[in-house]
Amino acid sequence: MSNWIEVGAVDDIPVLGARVVRNGDVDIAIFRNNNDEVFAVTDACPHKQGKLSQGIVHGQSVTCPLHNWKIDLTNGEALGPDEGCTGHYMTKIESGKIFVEIN
Amino acid sequence: MKEKLVVIGNGMAGMRTVEELLEIAPDKYDITVFGAEPYGNYNRILLSPVLCGEKAIDEIMLNDLQWYEDNNITLHKGVKVTNVDRKACTVTADDGTTVEYDRLLIATGSDPFIIPVPGHDLPGVIGFRDIKDVDTMLEVSKSKKRAVVIGGGLLGLEAANGLMKQGMDVTVIHLMDWLMERQMDDISGDMLKNSLEEQGMTFRMKTSTSEIQGDGKVEKIIFADGSEIETDLIVMAVGIRPNIELAKQIGLHCERGIVVNDTLQTYDPKIYAIGECIEHRGMVYGLVAPLFEMAKVCANHLAAYGIGIYTGTITSTKLKVTGIDLFSAGDFIGDDTTEDIVVRDASRGVYKKIVIKDDKILGAVLYGDTIDGSWYFQLMREGTNISDIRDALMFGQGHLGDSGHGGNVVANMSDDAEICGCNGVTKGDVVKAITVKGLFTLEEVRAHTKASSSCGSCTGLVEQLLETTLGGDYTAPEAKPVCACTEHTHDYVREQIRTQKLTSIKDVYTKLNWKTKDGCAACRMSVNYYVISSWPEESKDDYQSRFINERAHANIQKDGTYSVIPRMWGGMTTPKELRAIANVAEKFDLNTVHVTGGQRIGLYGVKKEELPLIWKDLNDEGLVSGHAYGKALRTVKTCVGKDWCRFGTQDSTGIGIKLEQLSWGSWMPHKFKMAASGCPRNCAEATIKDFGVVCVDSGYELHIGGNGGIHVRVTDLLTKVDTEEEVLEYAAAFCQIYREEARYLERTAPWIERVGFTYVKESIVDDAAKRKELAERFKFSQDITRSQEDPWTERSTKGVDAHEFTPLKVIG
Repeated sequence: MSNWIEVGAVDDIPVLGARVVRNGDVDIAIFRNNNDEVFAVTDACPHKQGKLSQGIVHGQSVTCPLHNWKIDLTNGEALGPDEGCTGHYMTKIESGKIFVEIN
Repeated sequence: MKEKLVVIGNGMAGMRTVEELLEIAPDKYDITVFGAEPYGNYNRILLSPVLCGEKAIDEIMLNDLQWYEDNNITLHKGVKVTNVDRKACTVTADDGTTVEYDRLLIATGSDPFIIPVPGHDLPGVIGFRDIKDVDTMLEVSKSKKRAVVIGGGLLGLEAANGLMKQGMDVTVIHLMDWLMERQMDDISGDMLKNSLEEQGMTFRMKTSTSEIQGDGKVEKIIFADGSEIETDLIVMAVGIRPNIELAKQIGLHCERGIVVNDTLQTYDPKIYAIGECIEHRGMVYGLVAPLFEMAKVCANHLAAYGIGIYTGTITSTKLKVTGIDLFSAGDFIGDDTTEDIVVRDASRGVYKKIVIKDDKILGAVLYGDTIDGSWYFQLMREGTNISDIRDALMFGQGHLGDSGHGGNVVANMSDDAEICGCNGVTKGDVVKAITVKGLFTLEEVRAHTKASSSCGSCTGLVEQLLETTLGGDYTAPEAKPVCACTEHTHDYVREQIRTQKLTSIKDVYTKLNWKTKDGCAACRMSVNYYVISSWPEESKDDYQSRFINERAHANIQKDGTYSVIPRMWGGMTTPKELRAIANVAEKFDLNTVHVTGGQRIGLYGVKKEELPLIWKDLNDEGLVSGHAYGKALRTVKTCVGKDWCRFGTQDSTGIGIKLEQLSWGSWMPHKFKMAASGCPRNCAEATIKDFGVVCVDSGYELHIGGNGGIHVRVTDLLTKVDTEEEVLEYAAAFCQIYREEARYLERTAPWIERVGFTYVKESIVDDAAKRKELAERFKFSQDITRSQEDPWTERSTKGVDAHEFTPLKVIG
């Protein structure tokens, strides 16, 4: 069953930045890009579990701070020749508030 | 509706342009390609290895038929274009196809020149140009023994070598006095001939062909002096001619090739041309390297971006014959106005000649030992003044300080030798990726293998592998763009930031036509640095364009925790500071306490949320950030100096502390380390630092450009000064010229090797006015950016960037 949870305001996240939502043992990284789109993926790079929330956001992707893997924020997949995938969450924005779908 | 682009020619030039175009403007055109050969696009420069049996045809395909389908490209293969109606803008082919175009790209390449002697049209007389020629050679070699190659140039010798590998007896006929006269001088040409003769090749020099005879197929060749040889196959490799028949037929202006301007546009503005069929600034090219530069520019203009011009390519040559190492570039003959440096070692089979004019390399020919070919070529293209390194030049890059691209022995390495130590990539991995995936550029190798994508110290090795794997046709791009988001180089971007007064990343991306809206991790960090260092007063540091370590003012570790390293000025500390560090370590349960190489103490395993708390405790005892995480001044290492040491000549700790107070907090292109030793015994290891002071009885020796990292490089002695004030002024000036002129992520050592030590010395030592201005600008930047306010205090007590250190929400 899906469960939309409000996690904060869009403005709580810097443009081209990220914040972390702590869901029990799992950290979810919430990203905001230059078009005020918001994305959510598990805060662990498929390569060596680098914290994607600490990376650099560009377009609809983030570059992992550990070894520069690029992750597509729309689906959690590694981009380019790299292969791997991290967990991905649906998000929506209502009246400036971010909601993340947690199953 | 999409516009229509028609490409005539399905070779490397045409398809490289299409690939570049698809990358930057994938939706602009419906693309139709006409190719005379019945294949997809293949790597023509690897035909030699195919002929030698070292590679199969499917290994040299660049774009298979699926690729055309995937990219919605209509390919008419095995079809020859017979006419272009420039008024109606249509292309017609010999199978009756007619296609309209909005833009036309002609990439018809070149044809081998066939000497029109009687009998030249007999079966068994071929060129060496395409898969069909190679197939013919392989077929003949199965049943016949004798082959003649006319032409002792690059292509002819590769053909002859291949035929010999297939078991044929090969005679090479050459008109000139020595082989490869366009790439070699007489001495190296003769050495080459001797080696090839030892391998079994036969030569007839200074010989011209007058007739080919045979009954229905080649049987013998007759020379001008009346002598003759019986043969089953004749390969003509006496040169290529740009294929401009079609262009001439439709009235495009041609000289030797189709004449194009710097945007690869012909005299008909709707028609572009590229590759071996063109003539640009009077030059016609027969190598593959220039194609890549042309393709980039051409694609950019086809995409209507309108930036970038092609200004020509300086090419170099390597011969793809196993066991023969040969490199040549530029003017290797010279004249009355030039000088040569020559090394000749007959028993090792080594010959090296470098032609120099006005302290710059004009050309080089290397035989037997070509390891430094790419280095000489780089010095030549960049016009580097070689007077500083002249004494070591002939011994190669390995005999310099070796801070550049490191050990250059790639050709001798085994396949399992590690090229990239950061990512564990072997030579075999890189070579395989280049051949199997059809890679041509450093960027592509980085993306596919990760080699050279971390610390970058193996970049030179990877470039050499590209060169040896692809043959001499690979040329490291003359000027490398910052990243794939732009065509522009670091130097150009910085120059534009200064001249156009661009004070934000956004300004830079808009004014300089960046391909991506917000760049990527590589260019954002670089551009941010260039903006804030060029306009310290007017610009604002963009923290989202900082690597996490500089954004969070702590070093991220592999498990996502951080390290905390407070500053210890000049390597000095106090019991009070040590107690503060001990208290923090216990209070926050930090079990790893490490004494760093820079004379300070590091605490490891810190949770990000606790960073401000720890900083607060440290701040309360007077400790501030050590910037151990930044592209900035790291440490100033010292020895205890004359206060204690019986050998000490000056107050080395005192000067160390002053240097650190002067420069801490200043952002630099890369990390920056200093040291001050109290006597020439140099216990602080000042001669492997970016800026080192060695105290002597009469004053202070100042050293620059050292590096104790990946490639150890000993400093150059900049000068000797008498007073501490002078030490500080020189240090400030050196920091500033490095900040202003080195490229982002370029340490002082490779920067100095790139621009030349003499240049730095002239700027800082000889030109007192410039030194003072540089020092002033450094101090201005330090004041105006308030870089010397502790970033830890701002975050622990003044609430800066609070979002950085707290979760958005805790649930579950």
